[in-house]
Amino acid sequence: MIEVRFHGRGGQGAVTAAEILAKAAFEDGKYCQAFPFFGVERRGAPVMAFTRIDDQPIRRRYQVYKPDYVVVLDDGLLEVVDVFSGLKEGGKVIINTSNGVETTAGAEIHKVDATGIALDILGVPIVNTILLGAFASVTEAVSIDAIIKIIKETFSGEVGEKNAKAARLAYEAAKKG
Amino acid sequence: MVLKVMSANQAIAEAVKLANPNVIPVYPITPQTTISEHLAKFVADGDMSAEYIRVESEHSAISAALGASGTGVRVFTATSSQGLALMHEIIFAAAGLRAPIVMADANRALSAPLSIWNDQQDSISERDSGWMQIYAENGQEALDSILIAYRVSEDHSVLLPSMVCIDGFILTHTVDPVDVPGKGDVDKFLPPYKPDHAYLDPKRPMSIGTFTDPNYYMEARHDMELALEGAKDVITKANSEFAEIFGRKYDFIEKYRSDDADTIIVAMGSICSTIKDVVDEHRDNGEKVGLVRVRVFRPFPTEEIYDAIKGASNIGVLDKNISFSVGGVLHNEINAKMDVKANGFIVGLGGRDIKPTHINEIIEKTKNTTKTTQWIGLNKEEV
Repeated sequence: MIEVRFHGRGGQGAVTAAEILAKAAFEDGKYCQAFPFFGVERRGAPVMAFTRIDDQPIRRRYQVYKPDYVVVLDDGLLEVVDVFSGLKEGGKVIINTSNGVETTAGAEIHKVDATGIALDILGVPIVNTILLGAFASVTEAVSIDAIIKIIKETFSGEVGEKNAKAARLAYEAAKKG
Repeated sequence: MVLKVMSANQAIAEAVKLANPNVIPVYPITPQTTISEHLAKFVADGDMSAEYIRVESEHSAISAALGASGTGVRVFTATSSQGLALMHEIIFAAAGLRAPIVMADANRALSAPLSIWNDQQDSISERDSGWMQIYAENGQEALDSILIAYRVSEDHSVLLPSMVCIDGFILTHTVDPVDVPGKGDVDKFLPPYKPDHAYLDPKRPMSIGTFTDPNYYMEARHDMELALEGAKDVITKANSEFAEIFGRKYDFIEKYRSDDADTIIVAMGSICSTIKDVVDEHRDNGEKVGLVRVRVFRPFPTEEIYDAIKGASNIGVLDKNISFSVGGVLHNEINAKMDVKANGFIVGLGGRDIKPTHINEIIEKTKNTTKTTQWIGLNKEEV
């Protein structure tokens, strides 16, 4: 079973990202589960969301404490939340940042300037779909085609097209390293 | 069967669309809100022909539901926590007036302290109202239970409302694969509601809900007791027809590896999925651990639960509720109605996450055969 933890702030789309990832994994023929953990119900408050992916139906319903992968939508959270908590040995962390991030022993960190890509393509700093593109490349736990398909199902029309384009761009960029 | 990835709230809305009620009075409240939103969209898009009434409170939602049901049509509403508490007065009236309303409750803790997170205190606190209560383990069961609830509630020998309870966030906001049945199959299982005799019709005037003097009140309450007990046969029949049509078999309880178990955990709702994983681990180590999941809480399946647990030496009952100074409600009802010595465990109040380590702690603690109640998962400094 693959377990993923997303860290974001209320309104940034961490919950939607976890759901898109689950639906994309299902599209790839896997079983899936995604759910949020809200702090307080307001924009800007730290939020976690979780996705589980497996070849078997998934039963367990507690939060993810030992993730294989962590996705951080906002590098400002690094100062307030221990995003590395419980990360499995050799686990990977994808962080939206344009700054340097201190390397934590045992964690493989992938930095993505998702805000930059978002402002370029979407015109707004919403980074969830972009990080999913990078996630598909870094982890190979889900196909980019499934991610793109579910993004287009989730957001209709031009918004969907632009998000798909941004996710694809982040995927290609991460492939090159 | 086509599986679609959706939340239990969406699964409930899909079930309601299939059941096709005439009136939906509903007031949004976290974590039920997306049920109301999905239904509002279905109605706005013309996918449902129901009258969607945007009321100003939950008291109004259940009042409108009761009024509409009184005209002899199918009705749906949904709520959670404080909303259910605000409905309390009319919850009892709806059962007493024998209105076959079906309501979803997104289980959430009651204030204070204020919490939006899951436990089952809200619906458990309505247990004496005369409503049937079903606790779903997952989104699929939530969907299926709405259809079964209508079938049972509207049976002329029952005519009592049903509450389908789903754990807040843990089910309401969790997406996983769900099979949405076809309309044709649902119509076979759940024909349109035809009221019997007591309904409001201008061509045949009558009063419903009149003042009742001491010569009649007890008979009306006694009839409710008979109807709720009698509902057991109707539930059994509905479950078996549901299995024939949809291939999913439900019962009052679910026995998971409990037949030969020395240690049995009894619980309700979504936590049972995690417990099944823990049971499997113990079985892999050769330990005879099992789970009995109570799915139908009202009418209370005394015989079914007793048959399932009486052979075990160690019994632990989990409650996501607390009847202060008495303990967990399911635990106390099991000890009161059955010749067993079950241990009670209060877990998961206000959204406290229940981990496998907690379940293991409970399994260990059931080895002391007492009827005492213990709280599991408290922060150390508060103990």
